[in-house]
Amino acid sequence: MPVILITDALIFVLIAVGIGFGLYAARHEHLRGPWRQVGRSPVGVAALVVILFYVGIGLLDSLHFHPLIEPVAQTAPGAPADQSADGQMNGTAQQVAAESSTDQGAVGQGEAPGSRDPSAAAEPTYSTQIISVLDLWLSGLRERQEKTFSAPFATQLFVKEAIEQSDGSVIRGYPRLEHGGAHLDDPSQRGVDILLRGLFGMVKGLIAWAGLMLTLVAMLALRWRQTFNDSASAIWRGETEAPWRVALSVLALMLVLSFVAAELAASYHILGTDKVGEDVFYQSLKSIRTGLVIGTLTTLVMLPAAVILGIMAGYFGGRTDDVIQYLYTTLSSIPGVLLIAAAILMLQVYMTNNAEQFESLVERADLRLLFLCIILGVTSWTGLCRLLRGESLKLREADYVQAARSLGVRNSTVIGRHILPNVLHIVMITVVLDFSGLVLAEAVLSYVNIGVDPTMNSWGNMINSARLELARDPVVWWSLAAAFVFMFTLVLAANLLADVVRDAFDPRLRSAS
Amino acid sequence: MSDLLLDVSNLTAELGNSERPVRVCDGVGFSIRRGETLALLGESGCGKSMTALTLMRLLPLSGRITGGSVKLDDTELLDLTEREMRGVRGGRMAMIFQEPQTSLNPVLKVGDQIAEAVRLHQRLGKAEVAERVVELLRAVGIPDPARRAGEFPHQLSGGMKQRVMIAMALAGDPELLIADEPTTALDVTIQAQVLQLLKGLQAQTGMAVLLITHDLGVVAETADRLAVMYAGQIVEEASVDAFFAAPAHPYSRKLLESVPSAGKRRGELAVIPGRVPPLDQSFSGCRFADRCSQVMPACREAPIAWFQPNPGQQVRCLLWAEGPAHFRERNTSAVVGAVEPSLGSAQPETAAGALAAAGDTAKAKAKASGATRLEATAASAPARSSTEPAADRQTLLATAGLQVHFPIQRGLFRSTVGHVKAVDGVDLRLQAGQTLALVGESGCGKTTVGKAILRLELPTGGQVRYNGVDLASIRAGQMRRYRKDLQIIFQDPFASMNPRMLVGEIVGEGLQALGLEKGRAARRRRVAALLEQVGIGEQAMNRYPHEFSGGQRQRICIARALAVEPKLIVCDEPTSALDVSVQAQILNLLKRLQDELGLSYLFITHDISVVAYLAHEVAVMYLGRIVEQGAAAEVLDEPRHPYTRALLSAVPMMDKAERRQIIRLEGDMPSPAAPPTGCHFHPRCPQAIAECALAYPQPVQLSKTHSARCLRLEV
Repeated sequence: MPVILITDALIFVLIAVGIGFGLYAARHEHLRGPWRQVGRSPVGVAALVVILFYVGIGLLDSLHFHPLIEPVAQTAPGAPADQSADGQMNGTAQQVAAESSTDQGAVGQGEAPGSRDPSAAAEPTYSTQIISVLDLWLSGLRERQEKTFSAPFATQLFVKEAIEQSDGSVIRGYPRLEHGGAHLDDPSQRGVDILLRGLFGMVKGLIAWAGLMLTLVAMLALRWRQTFNDSASAIWRGETEAPWRVALSVLALMLVLSFVAAELAASYHILGTDKVGEDVFYQSLKSIRTGLVIGTLTTLVMLPAAVILGIMAGYFGGRTDDVIQYLYTTLSSIPGVLLIAAAILMLQVYMTNNAEQFESLVERADLRLLFLCIILGVTSWTGLCRLLRGESLKLREADYVQAARSLGVRNSTVIGRHILPNVLHIVMITVVLDFSGLVLAEAVLSYVNIGVDPTMNSWGNMINSARLELARDPVVWWSLAAAFVFMFTLVLAANLLADVVRDAFDPRLRSAS
Repeated sequence: MSDLLLDVSNLTAELGNSERPVRVCDGVGFSIRRGETLALLGESGCGKSMTALTLMRLLPLSGRITGGSVKLDDTELLDLTEREMRGVRGGRMAMIFQEPQTSLNPVLKVGDQIAEAVRLHQRLGKAEVAERVVELLRAVGIPDPARRAGEFPHQLSGGMKQRVMIAMALAGDPELLIADEPTTALDVTIQAQVLQLLKGLQAQTGMAVLLITHDLGVVAETADRLAVMYAGQIVEEASVDAFFAAPAHPYSRKLLESVPSAGKRRGELAVIPGRVPPLDQSFSGCRFADRCSQVMPACREAPIAWFQPNPGQQVRCLLWAEGPAHFRERNTSAVVGAVEPSLGSAQPETAAGALAAAGDTAKAKAKASGATRLEATAASAPARSSTEPAADRQTLLATAGLQVHFPIQRGLFRSTVGHVKAVDGVDLRLQAGQTLALVGESGCGKTTVGKAILRLELPTGGQVRYNGVDLASIRAGQMRRYRKDLQIIFQDPFASMNPRMLVGEIVGEGLQALGLEKGRAARRRRVAALLEQVGIGEQAMNRYPHEFSGGQRQRICIARALAVEPKLIVCDEPTSALDVSVQAQILNLLKRLQDELGLSYLFITHDISVVAYLAHEVAVMYLGRIVEQGAAAEVLDEPRHPYTRALLSAVPMMDKAERRQIIRLEGDMPSPAAPPTGCHFHPRCPQAIAECALAYPQPVQLSKTHSARCLRLEV
């Protein structure tokens, strides 16, 4: 049964806005041109491919639902097995789910038992737990928990425990992991096994890539009205307008990496496990959504305020300008971290006092994430607002604005038709530039415990929990390293893309080239 | 030591990638003797500036010199190493640029900037350098040079900055000075000062000057010889006297004919259809062939060789292949028709006054169209051919004591410490169907007058009476009703259209905003008709402004203003950003529209020749006030106010007979924040007396229409 969390809804809104803007841009040369230029830059395309992988994972992680609980065979013999499809939900089912959740009051993690009413057992029953499509996909990773820390690719726990030998004697040693490398009879064969599995994964990845590439080239050939061979060789020699060769190379790299990782992750903890034995690779993948949400929703929250107030201040001037200027000067003088801490702590208190309003921990964490976005937005709109004010101040005196005023065009129309389209490039550059800053900000805030909910997977939380383990000897480095690598890749790609976007949109740079 | 200083032959330079290079100068050859001034004349996009940069070997990064030779004395400049070339630049050849504002570093004192140039070329001690700086500043006529050397560029006016640039150029005692449009950004009175300075320096030091300009008047007054450049090629070379007596190339002829003047006001100006071809193509024959009215098949076949119509004059035109050329005077309207739907058979009156008969028909036509227009405006005034404005014409717009003061705010609480009196009591009267020219130098407040009339700036005092309604005092909401009647056209055709909108949307904006044409289809039809009317064509509707040239954009702006069927259009220097041949097209269009639609124009300009051609009445403005106004002929032929006289005398004239003794004005216009007491002009006035400083003079009525505000005038 699908569940739409608030942030999910906002992500869908964001996607809708993005698609709408894409359609708008496609019809306006002044927007289409720069984007085309982005598409022609090899760096931009490479960064885009990497970001698309992240976005794909983030989107999969944004489709939430209550998983169906497999009907126990003896209670519902007549229930058809294929009734479990998501689309088959009906009023009763919802009611049942709602009842079952209220029955249990506050809910925690873990599988909840189905409805206790045997008469309802014929209907599909849903767990109160909320999981995403990504969780479903990675259920292997999610469920294969160890007892506690284990190193990447380890076959044994990281800490010594008392192990009962088959002869009944107890020794202290490193016990075998329950899942990681459990298929190996002899842990010393690990290296060969990893190599073989890695190679197998690589071959799978290459096959997948080849399939994708062939369809892509075929599609391009159709569009360019060329033979398949001609297009393929054009791409191979790098003679196409868009750098398809670069795109395909990066795609190959990413696919091979993913397939190797997937292959190995099926039998090892490739990035180790954390204190409670959860797979770090799984955590890192789950953190992607948190990072993306912070990076994008924050801008969505702050954009209306920044754009409307900035343009109004610049265009109307006088009193309006004074008020708005004082507003943002005041706001930007308050230390941002302080404001965020206050808001998050207040929210925490509210949530503790009104626990009954939240159906699950996931919803609670989600609300906190949203709140973090809002408060980050509130503290970060001033920069863009200031930029837009300056630009509209300049545009107000532009001849075409004067001409529009002398034609009796209303102020709102002047803003919508003349000012906004001409400051859009600033908005675009800022949004892309801010993204990576916000992703990093999340990590910092979570580190000082005023970021996202501790139960939510995020790179900041991973770093925070890894912080203490750094003092261990030998060091537990993998949580930190995994968070670092994932975050670094995303932020690097975003920064590279931002550079390309700025080059394409900044009129000063454009005239220089 | 030979007489020849610079000898350029077959110089070719390219810009951009090598597959499709932009050949900015192609086989350019000329020579300059010592002490001579050679003018390089041409429209924008012809490669004049690039030629100068090529000579200095200062082409932009993507540029390269592909052939030819540049000999300075006996040094082949193209063979020098970059290090040796640095010594030549500034040392033997110096350059000054068009825009003095951007040529000086704003964070360094001007003295230091000149000192830098001095030190590069001479080994002098610290004190000697300072001495030399002051000497140079004195040489370029800057008063109190020791103090000025310690000032920053923003403390100097535009004219002073250009002088400082010249001083820097002189620091290395150059043999050749390349002046790239040195006065284009300056006002005429300042331009006169700078040109005079250049001439004086040339006489003193004997340096040669390569003057790059598009202004025929400047060429006529300052140059000894000139070379006309077209599309990267020199098409004519002649002494100035020979050129202005009889230009040999059809392009040169058209260029001369398209300059507006009082003598041409009854007809249309000659126009050159089309535009300068882009230079990224390979040309086979004459580059002007597509725009030439006398093109022959042979013109397009092979490169054109030089012909010599006269000694000391050579031209690249096949018309001269078999002896003296015969310029067929054809009906221009047929040639122009494509771009310029013109008024029947109206003809350009050539300076030589040829074609008297045809001229008469044109006059008759003008009379006839004037009559129909007058019927339309239901007035019974004499025909347009008279320059005397009739007193009983209906007054369309009158300002009385119009003031626009901008507060100067300082301090924490933005307390007002003073006012910039941009417009300070202006009285104007504009008759229906007439053109009133508002003339003045930059900073005198003429643009603000135009904006105040349209309420784009809120007047702080006075009245703007339009058909009896005071536009200055009605509420903003009521003003919407009058928006339809008053429109404006701006100076810069590149900034006056939203680059993000289609031309069709731009032109239709007023129709939509004022609800004149609600339906989309009907609006498109109207826009199409308007674009046809201004000679652009309706296919322009679905294109963006950047796809059009400056002149075409100005036409679109005119269409936008016309869309709401205004009675009065404020034209704020609509042609000053355009080349002279394009300016002629726009002026013709404005004139035709006035005849057809009975429009009134408030024509704001600093260009006296345009005023002479277009205006019925003239008002001269100085520092926020009108100093003289009257009928065009009165003011232009018999100026009475000393400022008007100085202004008119400073205008460079092509015709030697029309030149006046330049009345040189000292200094620059004072700041409107602190105008001088009494008559604003008295600190610079050559005829000032003590009484001038006491009170602002009252207008003196010189004739029924002519008045001026000066104490020295006797009625």
